[in-house]
Amino acid sequence: MPRLNSPTELEKLREEIKARRPPRPCISISSGTCGRARGSEAVITAFEEEIKKRGLKEEIDIKVTGCLGFCEKEPIILVHPDEICYLNAKPEDAAEIIQGIKDKKVVSRLLYTDPVTGEKIEHESEIPFYKRQLRIVLSLNKWIDPRNIEDYIIQGGYSALSKALFEMSSEQVLEEVKEANLRGRGGGGFPAGRKWKETKNAPGEPKYVIVNCDEGDPGAYMDRSLMEGNPHSVLEGLIIGAYAIGAHEGFIYVRQEYPLACENLNWAIKQAEEYGFLGENILGSGFNFRVKVHRGAGAFVSGESSALMSAVEGKAGEPRFKYIHTAVSGVKGRPSNLNNVETWATVPLIINKGADWFRSIGTEGSKGTKIFSLVGKVNNTGLVEVPMGMTLRQVIYDIGGGILKGKKFKAVQTGGPSGGVIPEQYLDTPVDFDELTKLGSMMGSGGMVVMDEDTCMVDVARYFVNFLCEESCGKCIPCREGLRLLRVILNDVCQGKGKEGDIEVIEEVAEVMAAASLCALGTTAANPVLSTLRYFRDEYEAHIKEKRCPAKFCKDLTSFYIQPEKCQACLICLRNCPAGAINGDKGLVHWIAQEKCSKCGICFEVCPPRFSAVVKLSGEPIPEPPPPGTKVIRKKEG
Amino acid sequence: MTGVSGLVAKVVDSYQRDKDMLIQILLDLQSGFGWLPKQVLDEVSKHLGVPITRVYQIATFYKAFSLAPKGKHLIRVCMGTACQVRGSALIRDRMEQLLGIKVGEITSDMKFSLETVNCLGCCAMGPMAEIDGIAHGPLTISKVEEILKKYE
Repeated sequence: MPRLNSPTELEKLREEIKARRPPRPCISISSGTCGRARGSEAVITAFEEEIKKRGLKEEIDIKVTGCLGFCEKEPIILVHPDEICYLNAKPEDAAEIIQGIKDKKVVSRLLYTDPVTGEKIEHESEIPFYKRQLRIVLSLNKWIDPRNIEDYIIQGGYSALSKALFEMSSEQVLEEVKEANLRGRGGGGFPAGRKWKETKNAPGEPKYVIVNCDEGDPGAYMDRSLMEGNPHSVLEGLIIGAYAIGAHEGFIYVRQEYPLACENLNWAIKQAEEYGFLGENILGSGFNFRVKVHRGAGAFVSGESSALMSAVEGKAGEPRFKYIHTAVSGVKGRPSNLNNVETWATVPLIINKGADWFRSIGTEGSKGTKIFSLVGKVNNTGLVEVPMGMTLRQVIYDIGGGILKGKKFKAVQTGGPSGGVIPEQYLDTPVDFDELTKLGSMMGSGGMVVMDEDTCMVDVARYFVNFLCEESCGKCIPCREGLRLLRVILNDVCQGKGKEGDIEVIEEVAEVMAAASLCALGTTAANPVLSTLRYFRDEYEAHIKEKRCPAKFCKDLTSFYIQPEKCQACLICLRNCPAGAINGDKGLVHWIAQEKCSKCGICFEVCPPRFSAVVKLSGEPIPEPPPPGTKVIRKKEG
Repeated sequence: MTGVSGLVAKVVDSYQRDKDMLIQILLDLQSGFGWLPKQVLDEVSKHLGVPITRVYQIATFYKAFSLAPKGKHLIRVCMGTACQVRGSALIRDRMEQLLGIKVGEITSDMKFSLETVNCLGCCAMGPMAEIDGIAHGPLTISKVEEILKKYE
């Protein structure tokens, strides 16, 4: 492909691609990381073989796309142009689906079934999970093979870049982004336009622009999905930003835990260079820009902007004091502007559709949409993109389909290790940067982990503190030592060794950490502890005073017990117990020898739900086992 | 062993001997060797012209690097928040129990390395574990044994 040397050539190419592609059915198969984990590659092969076998190569196209967001139902198949949506596809479904396309019939057994009405839904856009979303940043994923730049171009790709370079001055581009009030999607929510301006105005050359794809928040993966599924949108945003700021070199920092994102990104860069969107004299505009990919080597703290910039220089990714902003002195002491993947991917939309359009979506202080990874104890796990201001309840219940197994909602955790939990009484809070902060949590990069009645809130706090303890770089004392102290106390509390006064010590340590830590990792590290304390203090007190875990989760405070009146002596738990702690026989009630029990939880898991004889006990005495030879009370079937 | 020296030189050259690329060079070597033997680190220091102390600083700061060899099969139990609330701690405990090792250790027959990882981004499959790069999930405590048997 020869380089494109002008906007006219780009538009001509777009027309050419359209003309080259006859209108015929296309099967798109989602194959991002979660799709692959659920066997999408075998599905793709099956479709390819089936099409070859039937000689339909000229009649039906196959497109391998990135993640479509409904991870629970991956691999997902979309049959264009009608957008018939098949879920949880298997290789053996290929023949039937292809026959269906030939006969213009829908394979109803593979459609989404509404759990409430039992109704089958044909079109993706009508499935409740998608219906309530507003997908603008993620909208192209279903149309694009990330390894084919022409798929992006045919969807209008790089038209924003062309507009910025030829119809707007760099100041105008910057003003547009500022006008749009685009706030950083990585967690801080700092206005991108202001950051860009500071970098642009800072003295010194060269200037750098950076994409932060070091998505370290456990339970958040929207950046991965964007980078895997539509890398060109990120690149286009970055090049536009570079033009506005006056940078000619950029870095993209991607976690090495995301191998597919790295692969697809490298692929995209190569193609963008070939087509003339990267390199010298982009689209004949005279503007030059190059980009390098750096893989992160596994350090959560490296996602912090100043730490990431050190990592780009090949150094240990430790943060530094930021009284001089990285916008002034970043990579190699030069002005550097860093935004995360989602922020960059939003830029082309703003340039194309204008700041007014962007500002028409969202709330007063938070404009546009936000992608959340809705995970945990929720029915529809996946990536959801919603306008800012939608309530938590709408996201969790209307889109997420409510709580797994009909359990009771307890809290939702947002903001990852820097955020906090939000209990039921605040479910009607609109989700935006400012509202969640008021509740003692934060929006963060968009992780939304739903927790139910079986989740222990003290354990949640312990989990995050453990995580941060391992990830703290250790440079400043409040973070390093504060986290260690919190870890000791919380471990004690969870193990039933908590004592009066522990809660007060936790609060004091948290206060010092927030006031005196060097970077945001430390200043926010106590948030998960403080917010669980704020809303679930009773759970802490139960652990400390009564040695009881209300959620019956903490191993040291929980015992397993077989209810004699319910046990049907099916032998399943007895055979599965790895500790040999279960006694009993055919026809005889089983019982657990507590001193042998390793509390692995297998008996609880394998006991057939129709018996539900195994229960967890916490904070109460374990009843004596039944006398030897106790026979089962047969349960009447039906 | 000139082999190691040659290999390291090749990787270092592929990054134009750019000192900024130290992390990238070590990542390539880590994936090639499966771990970073002392000799490899010495060679990196020599070929790239950075002090050995800095090479060690990087190799120990980042989690992706290992200064000890790994087992034949690498098990990574995901401890992301989504997996955590779905009971990944119990899966980890069961793995430890079955393999007779703790997280971070290798079985004495060098067959399995057991590690935890913060989030693999497969939250819908939680609780999950990755063995040799293949995702397994959603796991149950009783399924763990069966899965490990496949790798015996």
